[in-house]
Amino acid sequence: MTHYLLSVYQPDGPAPPDVDLTQIRKDLDALNDEVKAAGAWVFGGGLHAPTTATVLRSSSGEVVITDGPYTEGKEHLGGFTVISAPDLDAALEWARRFAHIIAPLPIEVRPFADVR
Amino acid sequence: MPDQPAVTAVEIERVFTAEYGRAVSVLVRVFGDIDIAEEAVQDAFTAAVDRWPAAGLPPSPAGWIITTARNRAIDRLRREASRDDRQAEAALLHARDEPAPEGPVRDDRLRLIFTCCHPALGTAAQVALTLRLLGGLTTAEIARAFLVPEATMAQRLVRAKGKIRDAKVPYRVPYEADLPDRLRAVLAVVYLIFNEGYTASSGETLVREDLCAEAIRLGRLLAELMPDEPEVLGLLALMLLIESRRPSRSTADGDLVLLADQDRALWDRDLIAEGQALVRACLRRNQPGAYQIQAAINAVHSDAPNAAATDWRQILTLYNQLLAVAPSPVAALHRAVAVAEVHGPAPALDAIEGLDLGNYRLFHSIRADLLRRLGRTTEAAAAYEAAIALTGNAAERAFLERSRAALG
Repeated sequence: MTHYLLSVYQPDGPAPPDVDLTQIRKDLDALNDEVKAAGAWVFGGGLHAPTTATVLRSSSGEVVITDGPYTEGKEHLGGFTVISAPDLDAALEWARRFAHIIAPLPIEVRPFADVR
Repeated sequence: MPDQPAVTAVEIERVFTAEYGRAVSVLVRVFGDIDIAEEAVQDAFTAAVDRWPAAGLPPSPAGWIITTARNRAIDRLRREASRDDRQAEAALLHARDEPAPEGPVRDDRLRLIFTCCHPALGTAAQVALTLRLLGGLTTAEIARAFLVPEATMAQRLVRAKGKIRDAKVPYRVPYEADLPDRLRAVLAVVYLIFNEGYTASSGETLVREDLCAEAIRLGRLLAELMPDEPEVLGLLALMLLIESRRPSRSTADGDLVLLADQDRALWDRDLIAEGQALVRACLRRNQPGAYQIQAAINAVHSDAPNAAATDWRQILTLYNQLLAVAPSPVAALHRAVAVAEVHGPAPALDAIEGLDLGNYRLFHSIRADLLRRLGRTTEAAAAYEAAIALTGNAAERAFLERSRAALG
């Protein structure tokens, strides 16, 4: 089994007014329950806004703490799920279902190194 | 050994071309690792070059290559595993747990094609992997064919194989539900290789014949492996019929000759007969698809003893079908050529004016020809200019420049 990171990138700022966040939340909960029931769920969740992030960096023994996020861009990591799957096709099948729920936002699938 | 026929380098080369993909696909299944499989097969062919000239060709060259590759790889992996090489250990475990090949071995090549053309890989990577692993082309050959530096192509292959390994792109024929989409991707890769060879998008000669030959070889392989998929047969027929006209498609000086002006005596009758037989077999199945219809269109051209005898009404009907099955601006553009023959250039021009094909060189050259036939010379010249600006192929550019000059 390989672990895959399924991450959702979204534009900065509030969601457009025509997006029904309550419905999306509900659909995501339902799909996450399905992932769990299938034994494929490892960990996951939605993140607070990037303005809540804090960045630490160690330099010559001193840790400097700064207000985040680490990278400023037009998009940020909105949330992620880690799943366990036998191969990429199985992971893509779950990702496909997430993609339908969060459309038109994309979802990125990436394998973890060395997880058994 | 008395009377043992000597095996020449040419014969070994022929076995290599014919059997490389089969051997690699079996060894990928055995070891679960593409790099190990490639290296093993390479080793076995090196051994063949040493042994065969003296010992003669074995009864089953492919079987000899596969067995030798497997045994040598296991020996080498054992040595490496004893030095704590984890990749070697994993490959050995995989080989031990792998059940003896059940069913026809040909399934391995099908698995490998679907792995190479997996949608998680970019098109350029799919093409390169397919040519490398199934065609046995060297990285240098693929790089030359696609006019990229060898280091770039090597990097592309390494990255693609790394993704297959790390993201665990599966090594299997897709499940029934995914098959239509996945097969479309495979056929698209083969046709792309063919097209790249046929009208090389850049470079100094019109045809890079080895790419066409390789695409047809892959097409034949797919037709052998998936004889019940009509689009597989359609693609093979399409390639054969287009290829049949290659001898007449350019002059001795490398100049492009249009279909209407080609010397049809030069067309390859065997390829036409094979292509047309496939088209007829497709028609009997009656599950039309884009490749089959395009093959049928080419079959109509092949039927005509001269350009004037072309059954353009039949071709227009087929284009209407093509647009119903697989609507696309490019198909609409080609349909307009048939419209011009049946109904005249004015309705044809009307049919293409709205198409969003400003970056497609054929759009401009077809439009230029229609404008020329309508006597709109200034606009035709501008359209030829647009086409010339978009073509990187020397023969095609020369043809377009001649056409523009002929406007007077």
